[in-house]
Amino acid sequence: METITKKSEHFPLVRDRLKNFHGKQVLYVSWDHHTMICAPIALLVEPDMTFGELVQQILPGTAFAKHPDYSRIDWAKVEWLSSDHPFIPRPSTALLAQGLGHKSFVRMRTPGLNGIAGTGC
Amino acid sequence: MTNFATSKPPVHKMNLKEKYGLMTRDLAWETSYQPMDKVFDQLGLEGIKIHDWDKWEDPFRLTMDAYWKYQAEKERKLYAVLDAFQQNNGQMNISDARYVNTLKLFLTGITPAEYNAHRLFAMLGRQFPGAGAAIACQMQAADELRHVQTQIHSISQYNKYFNGLGDHRVMNDRLWYLSTPKSFFEDAISSGPFEQMIAISFALEYLLTNLVFMPFMSGAAYNGDMATVTFGFSSQSDEARHMTLGLECIKFVLEQDPGNLEIIQGYLDKWFWRGYKVLGLVAMMLDYMLPKKVMSWKEAWQIYFVQNGGSLFNDLSRYGLRLPKYWEQTVAEAEHLSHQVWNNFYNFTGAAAMHVWLPSDEDMEWLSAKYPDTFDKHYRPRIEHYRELEAQGKRYYNDNLPMLCQVCQVALISTKMDDPTKISHRELDHDGEKYHFCSDGCRDIFQAQPDKYVSAWLPAHQIMQGNCFEPGVDPEASGFDAMAEVMKYFHVTPGQDNMDYKGSVDERNWNEWKGFTKDSETKSS
Amino acid sequence: MSEIQSTVFMALQTNDDTRPIIEALERDNPTAVVNYLPAMVKIDAPGRLVLKRSTVEEIMGMAWDLQSININLISLSGNVEETDDEMILHWNR
Repeated sequence: METITKKSEHFPLVRDRLKNFHGKQVLYVSWDHHTMICAPIALLVEPDMTFGELVQQILPGTAFAKHPDYSRIDWAKVEWLSSDHPFIPRPSTALLAQGLGHKSFVRMRTPGLNGIAGTGC
Repeated sequence: MTNFATSKPPVHKMNLKEKYGLMTRDLAWETSYQPMDKVFDQLGLEGIKIHDWDKWEDPFRLTMDAYWKYQAEKERKLYAVLDAFQQNNGQMNISDARYVNTLKLFLTGITPAEYNAHRLFAMLGRQFPGAGAAIACQMQAADELRHVQTQIHSISQYNKYFNGLGDHRVMNDRLWYLSTPKSFFEDAISSGPFEQMIAISFALEYLLTNLVFMPFMSGAAYNGDMATVTFGFSSQSDEARHMTLGLECIKFVLEQDPGNLEIIQGYLDKWFWRGYKVLGLVAMMLDYMLPKKVMSWKEAWQIYFVQNGGSLFNDLSRYGLRLPKYWEQTVAEAEHLSHQVWNNFYNFTGAAAMHVWLPSDEDMEWLSAKYPDTFDKHYRPRIEHYRELEAQGKRYYNDNLPMLCQVCQVALISTKMDDPTKISHRELDHDGEKYHFCSDGCRDIFQAQPDKYVSAWLPAHQIMQGNCFEPGVDPEASGFDAMAEVMKYFHVTPGQDNMDYKGSVDERNWNEWKGFTKDSETKSS
Repeated sequence: MSEIQSTVFMALQTNDDTRPIIEALERDNPTAVVNYLPAMVKIDAPGRLVLKRSTVEEIMGMAWDLQSININLISLSGNVEETDDEMILHWNR
């Protein structure tokens, strides 16, 4: 299935380059064991937003906050992964500066909180 | 065709093979004004080697006159039934108005795919120098257009009475969940001729076709939808020809040159996986949307893929062809697929052009029985939670945009094989960008042809880029409501086409037409 | 997967036209199993299924065009061989 392609200004057409998002970037967030929120969410955020601002200002307005476990989260104990590797976020540092660039994928795990009736939903 | 006249001398009547030969293959020719490889210039693109097009076998041997005769007969029979259906208000005989939502899914998701198939086969027929193959493609192009027309015509009666059916063409182009079938066909139609054959004629029309048509048509039969049953069976008679085209093409290509095997296997792996991902919608339809159930997705996959596919691949193994990559995963996932797709629609009902509803106690008993290992453990608790929220007037809606797979464009709702409470995710860096996938299958497809998939029109990203508004909309204007504008772009009328079945215009109308009062309503969740 | 038996099948619409066809299939294929489903009939057979024009004509008492099965065929499984007189479905292994 090898295809011969001529690269040019118009090909390949990369539709989701950062510059197409008008100064913002895409960030995906998933919450393990909480599949009530059926898929990771896609957020449009400022690249210089800090991780702390993400947690304190953005997440409370998302679908995650509608989950019964959300209000019980102990944020100090949350485990984070970036691109499925363990990651320790720096709350006062901008997303981009700590490697969470455009279209990064972050997972959070909340030990002890495992969904509706502990079923992972 | 028997000649009953006895006064004329006996005439040599051509048999099927002779007639077919004279009226099809013998009408073909080698071009002389231009060289053959310039006239048929796509054949060399994929590395497939064909040494002798005459080796193509035509199982059905339909000449054009026979084709039109039988197709006309089918049309006469079909439209007689559709006339009777309309004259007698057949739409009132369905089991329940919830059923119509399966038709909304069908008309917006599958009918446009039939139109793309029509275009694909019209173009494909032009690419083959073998007359047998070209004719089969021509007939299929005409068949697929007929399917578009008969589907629209059959469902048009429902469009007079139910919402969400009025704009299927635009919805298919723009709606988030419809980019899955749309991108499937656009991927096929932009591939080389042999890949198109494997993608559509073999993988879709042979291997997976029963998983589209049997569920919808049986669902229609069980739920009193005479129009859909009739058009379904009318088109299925064409499908038998399509299936044999698919099987013939794979055998022919594999027999022509041993070097073709690796390429064909690659195509099969890719298109089995892409087709499987589209079928998630059918799984949800079977398990959650039919008021009267036919069979579970798990059962359907077992019968139509595992057993039927098993027989098929037993036969094809003599060429060295193996079952598609990751097929075992599809069997394991059958325990989860429908529940996860349905939850996807429950989350985003606000932005869909169809209604959803919670399963009743009876529905859940059925789901429990069909999925003894997974339903009560992983999915019933969530549904019960949703019921509680609905009872409190706090029905859960997901107002975010979901993360989508770069290839199949389905939201990342699939879970890990070893843990159905964690989302399955794969990631690649390519040319300075990150790309995300729901599975190894989709990631592999991207890796083989990244230049193609970086241009995917992913609805969630397009919305974020501000590309999903009607012309003339100004995001800077005061009072600008992004979500409302996106709904206008989708041609989804809020409060009418979307949201729950309970409380919908469809429900109100149905209860009124059927003379149900609030007390005697037959089905409530 | 080679332990799965190679079944062929033919599925036909349930109507007056197909009654003699189904009967002919039953006569000529003793190991075939006829399954009745809503609005359709599915005939399964291990490895091979043959439909003979002569048998259908005998049952109908009139001439019958084998190709007209195209009108009522819903689905099939197996390699197809068709002549004026017979339609055969089979798996080679």
